[in-house]
Amino acid sequence: MAELFRRTGPLIAWMALLTTLLWVAFMIVLPQVMMVDFSFRPSLPPSKIGGPEDVYTLKNYATLWANTIHRGIFFKTIWSSMLVTVLALAVCYPIAYHLAQVARGQAAALLIVALIVPFWVNEILRTFAWFLILSRNGIFNSALVGLGLIDRPIQFIDGNIGVMIGMVYAYILFMVFPLYNAMESLDRHQIEAARDLGASTWRIHWRVVIPHAKPGIAVGCIMTFMLSAGTIAVPRLLGGPRSRWFTEVIYSWFFDGGDWNQGAAYAFALLILCIVFILVMMRLFRVSLQDIAK
Amino acid sequence: MGQSVELDNVTMRFGDFVAVRNVSLKIGAGEFFSFLGPSGCGKTTILRLISGFMEPTEGAVRIGSKDMRGIGPNRRPTALIFQNLALFPLMKVWENIAFGLEARGVGKAQRRRRAEELLDLIALPGYADKAVSELSGGQRQRVAIARALAVEPAVLLLDEPLSALDLKLRQHMRSELRAIQRKTGVTFIYITHDQGEALTMSDRIGVMSQGEVLQIGQPADIYDAPQNAFVATFVGESNLFPGTISRIEGKEALIETAVGPMRGRNLHALPVGTPAIALVRPERMRVLDAGEAADNMLESAPQRFDFEGAFINVLLDGAGERETILHLTNDGRTQARLQAATLLRVGFDTDATMILPQGQTAHG
Ligand SMILES: Nc1ncnc2c1ncn2[C@@H]1O[C@H](COP(=O)(O)OP(=O)(O)OP(=O)(O)O)[C@@H](O)[C@H]1O
Ligand SMILES: [Mg+2]
Repeated sequence: MAELFRRTGPLIAWMALLTTLLWVAFMIVLPQVMMVDFSFRPSLPPSKIGGPEDVYTLKNYATLWANTIHRGIFFKTIWSSMLVTVLALAVCYPIAYHLAQVARGQAAALLIVALIVPFWVNEILRTFAWFLILSRNGIFNSALVGLGLIDRPIQFIDGNIGVMIGMVYAYILFMVFPLYNAMESLDRHQIEAARDLGASTWRIHWRVVIPHAKPGIAVGCIMTFMLSAGTIAVPRLLGGPRSRWFTEVIYSWFFDGGDWNQGAAYAFALLILCIVFILVMMRLFRVSLQDIAK
Repeated sequence: MGQSVELDNVTMRFGDFVAVRNVSLKIGAGEFFSFLGPSGCGKTTILRLISGFMEPTEGAVRIGSKDMRGIGPNRRPTALIFQNLALFPLMKVWENIAFGLEARGVGKAQRRRRAEELLDLIALPGYADKAVSELSGGQRQRVAIARALAVEPAVLLLDEPLSALDLKLRQHMRSELRAIQRKTGVTFIYITHDQGEALTMSDRIGVMSQGEVLQIGQPADIYDAPQNAFVATFVGESNLFPGTISRIEGKEALIETAVGPMRGRNLHALPVGTPAIALVRPERMRVLDAGEAADNMLESAPQRFDFEGAFINVLLDGAGERETILHLTNDGRTQARLQAATLLRVGFDTDATMILPQGQTAHG
């Protein structure tokens, strides 16, 4: 900060500071505060807003608790997001390890490009590609039937499997790069030393690689979890009525039901639970905010 | 107990580049063997071949006369101490030391007990629960040694483990390493580019250059009877006088150099007419008094005196290939006496003069 002042002079520095603060205040803090405020008020026609009925209430939150379907979707979303996170970790850990410790020079560069290029394509299109692959008459089913592995096509879409695959794929980079970053800073000699001392591959990872990469694992898991719990595109495209995501419920409160107050309460509940989840994870993995900030 | 290590015609290629070329040697069980050579000559590569991180392109590595091909580093009876130690920073000192035992499924109480025994051995009792980051360089050094010894290896491989330490500590650790080696009876294979280290600690030394082992021998052999100009110039300081052999007299020969004829030991029985070099160690040269004579003599003006305490180094004007150096023992009056002289007569004996074939020197 002092550096900024010294380098640009006070006028520009103050302007930069002020614009940033204004941006944060009006674009981030204020809307959120309004949302929270919304969520504690009843939904009223415009004429009654500010009137005697416009009081703070927990009614909107009670709705979420009382509506068993919504409550079910809420917890299913959390649970599914956890599953997506675990799956993404299982898929990305070997990739990140290979990138960081095994692949050399060109091979590593090529692999990184191969990981990144698909992400130049818009998320909707990417997800739609999965729709083409996984749908009833899609490539995957045709291949399985063609090989004689199954008799009839499997219904991936409209179920949870499609949504999970789609999400794991959509958030691979958010998991791979934190892991890669953390693993890359591990001195290769430590892995060799562990091996030289007789450790199995499993033990090397458990005792040396994972403890070192823990902050990266935490960041990757938190990002993947937040993105999964908060996405709407993937469940919309790859899911069906039976695999509804909580974000879809929120969406319909806002835009189909026109009840912003109810929608705000749902959204806020989701946010709170996500934060609780993160704190629990950080506790569990014994990582602090400082570790993550590194 | 230690086991023998044998390299049988070992060659290691990285693509077209040959990092180790046709190395054959046998290191005895319980021996302290050093590989000595300049940076990039293939020392670490040899250690990695022995420890199993690499397989030789050609040839065989045998430990205790058992062929090691296909046996990974975790299943060889070796332990490697890395150039940068590679301690586990997230484990406590005792967990570091006991890691090898943990990998072998030894119970926690027993691991802890063994770690504490080893901490006693390396003179760090009470350090079990410290973090690695709390240790000094020399202490880390010792923990790395203990960690390697904990798995009771038959062969301990050390990759320049003292290079990061300051001089005093380095000297201390040298004798400590030697003591640990004697106490445990483990075969030590030690890598260094510091000739002083190799000479003081080793039973035998292998001098390497560009992937080849040029000479294997006891420290005194390497120093007093080097095979070639490279070994002679890499191990210890030396004065070189190039010339041509003009006469043979038994085991001695006469060589015509730019500063006159010199008589020396014809170590390689070179015939008359061969281009050769006469090589003399700086401490074997002395300043002659008036009228005193020696087997070989030359006359030159002193250029500079470097005072080293116990020694005084006298640099003479262009008599040899480079400037000629004399190490003189300091008796308190040496420097004053020599500084008075404008021309010094320097003498050295046949016995101190080695005649070697011309070839590459370590000076480049
Ligand atoms: N994995 C590898 N791939 C390609 N070349 C390598 C590899 N490992 C070593 N080399 C090359 O082999 C040569 C010898 O390397 P090595 O590490 O054995 O040298 P060293 O004697 O230990 O040197 P230093 O004293 O600097 O540690 C070097 O030129 C190095 O570039
Ligand atoms: Mg090396």
